Amino acid sequence: MNVVIIDYGAGNIQSLQFALKRLGVEAVLSGNANVIRAADKVLFPGVGAAGSAMDKLRVTGLDKVIPSLTQPVLGICLGMQLLCAASEEGNTQGLGVFSEKVVRFPPTVKVPQVGWNTIHSLKGPLFESIAENEFMYLVHSYYVPPCKAAVALTEYGVTYAAAIEKNNFYGVQFHPEKSAQTGAQLLDNFLKL
Amino acid sequence: MLTKRIIPCLDIKNGRTVKGVNFINLRDAGDPVELATLYSENGADELVFLDISATEEERKTLAKLVLRIAEAINIPFTVGGGIASVEDVRLLLRNGADKIAVNSSAVKNPKLISELAEAYGSQCITVAIDAKRVDGGWKVHLVGGKVATDLDLFEWAKKVEALGAGEILFTSMEHDGTKNGFANEALAELSKVVNIPVIASGGAGTIQHFRDAFQLGKADAALAASVFHFKEIEIKTLKEELRDAGIPMRL
Repeated sequence: MNVVIIDYGAGNIQSLQFALKRLGVEAVLSGNANVIRAADKVLFPGVGAAGSAMDKLRVTGLDKVIPSLTQPVLGICLGMQLLCAASEEGNTQGLGVFSEKVVRFPPTVKVPQVGWNTIHSLKGPLFESIAENEFMYLVHSYYVPPCKAAVALTEYGVTYAAAIEKNNFYGVQFHPEKSAQTGAQLLDNFLKL
Repeated sequence: MLTKRIIPCLDIKNGRTVKGVNFINLRDAGDPVELATLYSENGADELVFLDISATEEERKTLAKLVLRIAEAINIPFTVGGGIASVEDVRLLLRNGADKIAVNSSAVKNPKLISELAEAYGSQCITVAIDAKRVDGGWKVHLVGGKVATDLDLFEWAKKVEALGAGEILFTSMEHDGTKNGFANEALAELSKVVNIPVIASGGAGTIQHFRDAFQLGKADAALAASVFHFKEIEIKTLKEELRDAGIPMRL
């Protein structure tokens, strides 16, 4: 299987590559549109600030490539947020695959959220063989509110979407590559789509 | 529900764990990767690797070690010790570290925190603060606690949050190594003055100490070394007892 991790200078891609390797998949790191288009599965990671990540995508033209992909695409953390219409973080325009707007956690909770949280209301193929209220590792300050596209929910001050799905696009707010066995199961499920 | 985190800390020198560990089921107790794997399998929520190498030559092995750790474990880990520049951080993150911890270099050059947060995001920048009580106030200390400063712990904590730190790792020097419990009052005060997660460090000796750090100290995570390395406390037992005491734990 030809698996490509989008490399645009944002994100802890090394860990994701290792996580896939533990599942027996040698993923290719690439920022090349043709390589990405030819992949069977595409992973779209990201950490850091939304604005600078979008700038990097625009400079490389990947902002046009990603929404046009037709194979299964998994956005992780900031990758998921960038697939949305916009983010409150620096008032950033997103890629618009999902129509939701990413907003900041209220000041009633410590921001960023750091740690392991339970996910529930699981739906769809990404969560095959994953039980309700399993733990995933999250580190983030902004979130996608509950919406029609949500296929997993979690709580931190507010209830929000831990995962979203629309056509061939999937997004997870947590880091499956850092979420022990449960995270590995989710990545395996994605590879089997 | 977000759980509280239990974090074993490994001291690293020249690519090896130091201070000693006591695990009969390890082939090589000095290999950080083997120990990290074991902790991760036993339910640690996160790991911290603190590089105490003195020379630049020794430090060069750190990046290679980080790569091996990232390859072996599937839980998050932080790397700290001697990090002084954006370039140092770039290399460690590129090799698979999830977070980095800065300490003395941030005190000497606070702008470093904002530069790092801007380049890599607040979520991967932990500021480690060593402090002890001097004349009734908590003062920040540097170089592993050897050098006193005039900085007030709580003022410095507020400042690092404003500069973009994503988390604070607070070590009470008067509790560290004593096994008499964490500095719960100072921890609770820290949680009051900042709105970023606080990791408690220094003083863990019993399960009750961890319970106090979470319930009295309002800590978001608790870090310890020797009680884990010498198997005085099993991570699984610790987490079960904390859960039974009403503290959210990942089990």
